[in-house]
Amino acid sequence: MTHATPDVAAPARRVPIVTRADVFLRLFAIQGSWNYELLMGTGIGFCIEPVLRLLPGGKDGAAYHEALARESRYFNAHPYLASIGVGSLARAELDRVPGQQIERFRTALCGPLGSVGDRLVWAGWLPVCSLLALALFGLGALPATVCAAFLIVYNAGHVGLRGWGVRAGYAAGLRVAGVLATPLFRQGPDYVARAGAFLAGVALPLALARVIGPGAREPQIVGAVLIATALGSFALARLQGRAEGWRMAMIVIAAFVIYAVTRHG
Amino acid sequence: MRPVGRLPQREPAMNLLPFALLGAVCGLDVVSFPQAMLSRPIVACTLSGSLAGNAMSGLLLGAVLELIALETLPFGASRYPEWGSASVVGGALAGAVPQHTHGAIAIAMLGALATAWVGGWSMTVVRKWNGAWARALAPELNVGSARSVIGLQLKGLTTDFVRGGLLTLVALLALKPIATAVIALWHVPPRVSGAVIVGVAATVAVGATWKVFHGTRGAGLVFAVGLAIGLALVALK
Repeated sequence: MTHATPDVAAPARRVPIVTRADVFLRLFAIQGSWNYELLMGTGIGFCIEPVLRLLPGGKDGAAYHEALARESRYFNAHPYLASIGVGSLARAELDRVPGQQIERFRTALCGPLGSVGDRLVWAGWLPVCSLLALALFGLGALPATVCAAFLIVYNAGHVGLRGWGVRAGYAAGLRVAGVLATPLFRQGPDYVARAGAFLAGVALPLALARVIGPGAREPQIVGAVLIATALGSFALARLQGRAEGWRMAMIVIAAFVIYAVTRHG
Repeated sequence: MRPVGRLPQREPAMNLLPFALLGAVCGLDVVSFPQAMLSRPIVACTLSGSLAGNAMSGLLLGAVLELIALETLPFGASRYPEWGSASVVGGALAGAVPQHTHGAIAIAMLGALATAWVGGWSMTVVRKWNGAWARALAPELNVGSARSVIGLQLKGLTTDFVRGGLLTLVALLALKPIATAVIALWHVPPRVSGAVIVGVAATVAVGATWKVFHGTRGAGLVFAVGLAIGLALVALK
């Protein structure tokens, strides 16, 4: 099979709306078969498959099978930003870029799509939305309000990022580096992190005050909690990487439960 | 309110099926589909508490677990607690007793943390199975078989859904009688229980805040400004 070198300035081939909708919906299941060998490789093949049907010969053509095999190999990225990879790889396949060039491109995509996504979403947008929900909880919001606010705000970013990513990736094709150099990815994580730090300051005292309740706000109890928190969080920060807070929490609560049921009187 | 001491009763499994279904959905949401964060403790606990008839207890526990979950950054192949099914278990335990029942939040928190631990392990098992199935289908994948690609994806999704549901069901069957017994034997005043829970959650949350944001320039200053506002709001309430 021969491949023509693509004309990078050529306009993108128009993809039918049904195919675009199919790809977009599949993006939500991109990690459906995540494993330690291919990571989300088969997920990329799964998402891109509807576009590959547009290749010469359709579903039965050699081009379709070659492309699907290539796109189902090892791939690692942040699951939301993988949409950029899906878009740009779909464009590359439809443009009939040589297979070896696509494979090199796939490999090069993994690092940036993983690290930028981790910083922007897992260490940025998700904590920001969690802290916003905790602040609302601390201010006395009802359960439905807290949940709805969290889900709407978080998923506005989540769904928007997936939708924008696949469109931007498809428009850019192999020149996707320009997409990753946009201010959203270069400066966005820092802005989101600062917003998160501010929200943490607001949300933590509010949420903790509501959990402890008005009956337990005696000076001795508040003082003991503050001292324990200061010492414990300092220790956790010092032990970063060697101790996980949730495990420590489980051990302390288990010990407390045993004490509470064995104490008499 | 203190419950009258009573013998632990085994919950009919049928009554737990709605929780198992919710646990399956939330467990699936963690990684496989659709990652809309229904699985976050503040959502999943509240939904589960609501299903048990006490959304407020679910929300209270959800907020405590959310403070702890702030620390967990679900980076790629790293192993982390599975908060989705675990939060459903916690919400069901917290919501099963009247609000402010002594010890209810502490035992529900412990049940959720233990389930999150087992859930994290069960996710790695499913990932290994996915790998084994992909290896078995390597010849088909190498020739671009759509049937194999789609089949692997559907098999992985189904397995993860079943994993979350089974985990929730087994955890609730095991933990509900224990929770009932612990609540009946609880001998610590509520203000002390509240202080311990808040102390633990605050410790992990402050540590997590430092871990997530300390590398950003200016984050310390904006945190201090936010903290001043937060403390002022607490004082005003």
